[in-house]
Amino acid sequence: MATAVHNSDAPAAPDAIVVRFAGDSGDGMQLTGGQFTLSTALAGNDLATFPDFPAEIRAPQGTLFGVSAFQINFGSREINTAGDAPDVLVAMNPAALKVNLKSLKPGGLIIADTGAFTKRNLQKAEYETNPLEDGSLAKYDLLAFDISARTIEAVAPFGLGNKDALRSKNMWTLGLALWMFDRDRKPIHDWLKQKFARKPEIADANIAALDAGHAYGETAEIAGPLKQVELPPVPSEPGLYRTVTGAEAISLGLVAGVQLAELPMFFGGYPITPASAILHHLARLKEFGVTTFQAEDEIAAICAAIGASWAGSLGVTSSSGPGIALKTEAMGLAIMTELPLVVVNSQRGGPSTGLPTKTEQSDLYQAVYGRNGDAPMPVVAARSPSDAFDCAIEAVRIAVKYMTPVMLLTDGYIANAAEPWKVPNPADYTPFPAKFTTEKQGPKEEGELLPYARDEHGARPWIKPGTPGLMHRIGGIEKAEGTGHIDYAPDNHQRMTDARRDKVLGVDVPDQDVCLGEPGGKLAVVGWGSTFGPIHQAVGRARAKGCDVSQIHVRHIWPLPANLGELLRGYDHVLVPEMNTGQFKTVLRDQYLIDAIPLTKTSGQPFQIAELEAAIGKFFDDIEGNEGGEVPANDQQLPSTEAD
Amino acid sequence: MNAPANIETTLKDWVTDQEVRWCPGCGDYAILKAVQRTLPELGCDPAKTVFISGIGCSSRFPYYMETYGFHTIHGRAPAVATGAKLANPELDIWLVTGDGDGLSIGGNHLMHVLRRNVNMQIMLFNNEIYGLTKGQYSPTSREGTRSPSTPLGSYDHPARPAAFALGSGARFVGRGFDVSKHLPDVLKAAHAHQGAAFIEIFQNCIVYNKDVFDDFAAPKGAEDRQLWLEDGKPMLFAGDTKGITLNRETLSLEVVDVTDGDWEAAGVIVHDVKNRSIAHMLVEMPFGPFPMALGVLYDDPHPTFETAVIEDRARASEGKQADLAKLLGSGQTWTVDGTAQDPQ
Ligand SMILES: Cc1ncc(C[n+]2csc(CCOP(=O)(O)OP(=O)(O)O)c2C)c(N)n1
Ligand code: SF4
Ligand SMILES: [Mg+2]
Repeated sequence: MATAVHNSDAPAAPDAIVVRFAGDSGDGMQLTGGQFTLSTALAGNDLATFPDFPAEIRAPQGTLFGVSAFQINFGSREINTAGDAPDVLVAMNPAALKVNLKSLKPGGLIIADTGAFTKRNLQKAEYETNPLEDGSLAKYDLLAFDISARTIEAVAPFGLGNKDALRSKNMWTLGLALWMFDRDRKPIHDWLKQKFARKPEIADANIAALDAGHAYGETAEIAGPLKQVELPPVPSEPGLYRTVTGAEAISLGLVAGVQLAELPMFFGGYPITPASAILHHLARLKEFGVTTFQAEDEIAAICAAIGASWAGSLGVTSSSGPGIALKTEAMGLAIMTELPLVVVNSQRGGPSTGLPTKTEQSDLYQAVYGRNGDAPMPVVAARSPSDAFDCAIEAVRIAVKYMTPVMLLTDGYIANAAEPWKVPNPADYTPFPAKFTTEKQGPKEEGELLPYARDEHGARPWIKPGTPGLMHRIGGIEKAEGTGHIDYAPDNHQRMTDARRDKVLGVDVPDQDVCLGEPGGKLAVVGWGSTFGPIHQAVGRARAKGCDVSQIHVRHIWPLPANLGELLRGYDHVLVPEMNTGQFKTVLRDQYLIDAIPLTKTSGQPFQIAELEAAIGKFFDDIEGNEGGEVPANDQQLPSTEAD
Repeated sequence: MNAPANIETTLKDWVTDQEVRWCPGCGDYAILKAVQRTLPELGCDPAKTVFISGIGCSSRFPYYMETYGFHTIHGRAPAVATGAKLANPELDIWLVTGDGDGLSIGGNHLMHVLRRNVNMQIMLFNNEIYGLTKGQYSPTSREGTRSPSTPLGSYDHPARPAAFALGSGARFVGRGFDVSKHLPDVLKAAHAHQGAAFIEIFQNCIVYNKDVFDDFAAPKGAEDRQLWLEDGKPMLFAGDTKGITLNRETLSLEVVDVTDGDWEAAGVIVHDVKNRSIAHMLVEMPFGPFPMALGVLYDDPHPTFETAVIEDRARASEGKQADLAKLLGSGQTWTVDGTAQDPQ
């Protein structure tokens, strides 16, 4: 990958570049990143982003824990991850440099604002000497100059005070970045004009700052240290595109799902990182028949969703870590009462409060097995922000068709990361309208009320309270087959346990495909969830080196695709990388008695491509460059922020 | 409640074919009968009436009502009921809970359903004991209650359900007891109230806490120990020989003697169901020095939660179309030929 941004002796032009914008929370780095993302998308590059903001609400200015960063990986080829390590680090203050430096590639470029490297800021960042001057950055390329002063200069004609003027610093920096990658400024101009439509002088000042940053690039090029880089566009299907985060995609997918099911949606939530974003999105989509309810806790959130499902809406609830744990008992109730429900789990590091802002895949056992009693429940896992849209629709479909709660797994990484998404056409999805039973259905002549009769899929009828003549009672106590009356009889419990199991095992899960490679061979790398990106890249690179390795990425965690066992038996080895201690590996071993080999990581950081590549390499000692190299322990590529 | 349906039914229409499983002599039977007797009088529609409960002896109630019913999980019925009401505001919801279900494990949900003012009738069967789990003391048990888990007597201070409800923001607080002939009147008043109506019903657990309410509920001498409150009527008891007055200096209630029916001369106050301050005093009024306050203690309706939710949804949807294709294509968009779309 590229380090050639600044180096004229560099070999070929890079095909992908990782840039990290880092500054104080108040420096507007997320906005800069967002607009740079848009410009990257417009340039036709593929991309993946990772916004990394502090969990503190208002961290004191200039402090290490107040650093906000936005990383983007973009290129002239397919991009699936936010990048292992940045090639370029933009550091708007000393704290941003300190926190992010460890992830920068050796030889990478640092762009720093000397204007913010004041004595006070250096102190706050716990620097004893100024790193820009003490030679400690020798192994990197350093471009340090006074961005603050240049910004003030650029916006001077607009009569803003210094404090206001400095707020355009991020636009100045964005201008420079736009120059570096030869980007069109017009879309950003348009965006600024629209954003500040009511304050045209602010729009003008920001545009001036942006243009000044851009002009600086041109001059600096003449001066030497900076080179312009061109990344040709990736050919992609024509059509309308947008950027989407996982939280957005899930919200949109849920809305699309209930439209396809022709149901209103009731969403019960209780604030928790990183799941809250879904509650926030849906709260703004009420015109789509969505009711959002901020409950008093996660238990109430799921229970209200169950009550709503009973009354004829699709109940949806969403949480993370500890909140999902609280919902457990109520999931059992939904399983027992056989009501449709979608439980979205935005996984984060655990146990307990764990690592609220860090990503992990450690709730798989909980999703598949984690309830009292034999309590089967379908589980679907999203692999990327855009995939989350289809997964949400799939979760709704299964819930409605089989009258069952479904868990939709995503994680902190997917929730916050953005990627380009070809906007789907709702008309391309087959509707699956929910059916409500309004008449007695039993075999007796006069008709008998059988709330626990089963259709050909094993699903019971959905009878809304309010339906004349069909009054009946449901609850968490074991139900008699058919009538649904309380029934503790041994043979009935046996039959009902079997029926609940068989219903879930019978869910129409599509056959598993091979994402990359062949159905059989030496090694299959089997993943699920947000590890898709790094696995895809690592398998691709290994294959380019001649390794007989394939990628299988599983969406349906429970029930598993019917062909998965046979498919996996076609490989000599099965490697299962996961951001947990090996949970999916256990499921695969249990279901197929195969020797699934775990590759685990629980540092709160996504897998790096390089570490996966190295792990794959160990299976191919005969291929050059793969002599069982060590897995680099670089967990620093995404700096941590503390929170709870 | 909702607008009366005026459906003609008889008590029998509200009885299920399920065998009632409470212990013989349990106060729950009387409450069941009172409810089954009241609903036909209210003209309720069984198809639109729902009973939602938690877990406990009391929470078995829905199985015996020929309506829609949901026997949920321990303590969570208020949350399930809130979701059901928001999904279908037409439903006429009765919530059944116990002192353990509603005030131990479900105290939080009970507080929130009351403060939100979700339109439903909430009956808390207070037997001052955990019946279903075989007699442990409960959050309403009196100090010194001997139970399997407190062999030497309990030592925590009991919660007072009516005070809890009022403190949580309830706009209707009623009280009755299982065998009282006035219970249907309290139920009717609760049903007439728009919003969350809380009714504490003292219930005799004949097996684990037999006759604990006899001190005020026993028929003999009941007159002297029960203060049945009626809106606009003086607070009189003991055959109108005693009454409740307000000491305006200490801001507290006092019992006064009434001679020759001249309650005004005695300073007896007139019950005003909308007076929240007096309601606070009534729910706190200690039994013993005072009679047990029963009937409708407080009734002052306030806009309901589901109305607010519906209004909010309408406001949020105003002038907007539910166009999914348009929604999906909003945000930062572009086409592959490189033209930027206006950010929306
Ligand atoms: C989560 C959970 N914890 C504990 C129980 C056991 N449990 C069932 S009912 C009950 C107490 C019921 O007391 P109360 O609400 O007063 O009802 P009563 O039986 O007295 O009518 C308990 C502790 C349970 N069912 N679920
Ligand atoms: S245990 Fe008590 S409350 Fe429960 S049914 Fe028996 S008498 Fe009634
Ligand atoms: Mg009790």
